[in-house]
Amino acid sequence: MAILVTPETRILVQGITGDFGGRHAKLSLDYGTKVVAGVTPGKGGQFFEHGTHRVPIFNSVASAARETGATVSAIFVPPPFAADAILECADAGLDLAVAITEGIPVRDMVRVKRAIAEKKMRLIGPNCPGVVTPGSGEKSYGGCRIGIAPGYIHKKGHVGVVSRSGTLTYEAVYQLTVLGIGQSTCVGIGGDPVNGTSHLDVIKMFNDDPETVGIVMIGEIGGNAEVEAARWIKANCRKPVAGFIAGATAPAGRRMGHAGAIVGGAEDTAAAKIAVFAECGIEVAVTPSDMAAALIRAAKARGVTLS
Amino acid sequence: MNIHEYQAKALLEKFGVPIPKGAAAKTPEEFINALTELPEGPTMVKSQIHAGGRGKGTFTDGYKGGVKFCKSKADAKEVAARMLGNTLVTAQTGPAGRKVQTIYFTVASDIKKEYYLAILLDRVASRPVIVASTEGGVEIEKVAHETPEKIFKVVVDPAYGLADFQVRELVTRLGFAGNEAKNASKLIRCLYAMYWETDAAMVEVNPLISTPSGEVLALDAKVSFDDNSLFRHPEIVTLRDLNEEDPKEVEASKHSLNYIALDGNIACLVNGAGLAMSTMDIIKHFGGSPANFLDVGGGATRSQVVAAFKIILGDPNVQGIFVNIFGGIMDCNVIATGIVEAVREVGLKLPLVVRLEGNNVEAGKATLASSGLTIVSGDSMADAAQKIVKLVAAAA
Repeated sequence: MAILVTPETRILVQGITGDFGGRHAKLSLDYGTKVVAGVTPGKGGQFFEHGTHRVPIFNSVASAARETGATVSAIFVPPPFAADAILECADAGLDLAVAITEGIPVRDMVRVKRAIAEKKMRLIGPNCPGVVTPGSGEKSYGGCRIGIAPGYIHKKGHVGVVSRSGTLTYEAVYQLTVLGIGQSTCVGIGGDPVNGTSHLDVIKMFNDDPETVGIVMIGEIGGNAEVEAARWIKANCRKPVAGFIAGATAPAGRRMGHAGAIVGGAEDTAAAKIAVFAECGIEVAVTPSDMAAALIRAAKARGVTLS
Repeated sequence: MNIHEYQAKALLEKFGVPIPKGAAAKTPEEFINALTELPEGPTMVKSQIHAGGRGKGTFTDGYKGGVKFCKSKADAKEVAARMLGNTLVTAQTGPAGRKVQTIYFTVASDIKKEYYLAILLDRVASRPVIVASTEGGVEIEKVAHETPEKIFKVVVDPAYGLADFQVRELVTRLGFAGNEAKNASKLIRCLYAMYWETDAAMVEVNPLISTPSGEVLALDAKVSFDDNSLFRHPEIVTLRDLNEEDPKEVEASKHSLNYIALDGNIACLVNGAGLAMSTMDIIKHFGGSPANFLDVGGGATRSQVVAAFKIILGDPNVQGIFVNIFGGIMDCNVIATGIVEAVREVGLKLPLVVRLEGNNVEAGKATLASSGLTIVSGDSMADAAQKIVKLVAAAA
């Protein structure tokens, strides 16, 4: 088991005919992911071809889902149209939409989040690297790769990784894999201030997943999502958790690349979040090079075997 | 994106928010025209810079106060002449201060009471929130710390917009009654419309004032916009003042690089915002001091790397460079080739430590090693960070 997606999950790609969406659809196909449909309004009836793959393109998410059985969408459409793309997924009754698009207006996301609140669909992102559930083949081939993460750095296993940042997720995954520790699912929730799924939402899923035995939670300055998750972990989670917070040296009031990464007050600094992590029994990685090692320390303390 | 007070006031006025009458001027010649638009009598002279704390600020020539009350328009003209072109240092500008290039004159209003009103995103609710307080004209952070019961919030449901009952609640809790309440209600509705329709990130009115004659006015205004939304507001983009931004940051944005200048001496060049932030952190952790935040994005091209090196080297404090790339999808050898070409093109003389990891990393490292350049290779982030800190310390 894994969370959110399994190697059997059938996915569609919105924006598959664009450069960005097309490039990553190919990489997902190469990874063995079941990319079963593309959606580009006006290009329905055409095919997205890659090697021996011939992926049908549809005009709408609803028709793509109906015809191919896709239940999850990877969204690569440009920012002005991305909010609409998410709403279309919710309306089509998908289980999950993963919005990779960076730069969606905050107001659009405020409206989208309100609109999908009562729908069954979960949204991951936007402005995120996506979700990877590694497969059992060589270099984790055969897994489900939705988004832009490098598939080959993963290894099938039992550690859950959740992060706002793409490259920091890769850093953590790579450290784990090099040490022979595999991952159940890796989730990038995105760097925007309004996102569909929080650290806590993902932590709860990892906690309920019998195949996940340990968790790496990576956060950054701004907002209080990491603090909320840490307090819940203290009260409810018995699995070892390692945590890292980026942005200790970020000046207050400046946006550090991610729209959400900004220190607004005393509570959303790196130091404040790290203090809460420590107080909640989360093993703190002192540097980003220490993330996998921190999880090993946490697992040892609880007598848990990670691999 | 931030704008000046005079620009914010013009937007407020456009949306029906009452403000004291005012006029802006960029040259001494324009002072005369601006002042003729105002009635004779008490006048405020306000330095226009993108930083708070102007009233309590000091100019670098010793002149005190970036916002001043003058009894007459003639006095205002003299005070404005002292401010224009002068550099104002406030609690928010840093010691270098900001050069005042625009003066805003306004009618000095009679103040009965000062309030605080702001609209921004509530990140927990993912909805707009209106923050109000009966304590205006002071730092809201101070009020929040000392008398949190004097601050109240109304979260707006984006499906319905600001509801009448919410406006009544705000007005009642602020203590307005009668005609004042009517005026305050109208102001709050107009301010919310402006926040929503312009895709503002924050609208802050501090102070909001009532006058002895029952008017309710926005005496000051600080407005910023969501950068992601600027594509649909070309009229707002024209309000951008490049003089208020670090020239290196402006140059970086032209190359789609995300650069923020800091005050240390070790420059960083990194792909990804999270990794870029933690690269700064790890430099600090090992005793160094980062000179900047620089995210070259997921697909660092050769031309971007060259531009990044030029921007980094434009900072005279820089004494060493740390390149930290996790090439997940990107071929590390392509990045390494870009680094070598960039170093040759800019003629780098400072210590350079490169940490490459990911796709085709061995070829990338070989390219760096065979370049004939003195590029130090780091195995992990920690290893590379320690190396650059050591090299910079040794060179000092």
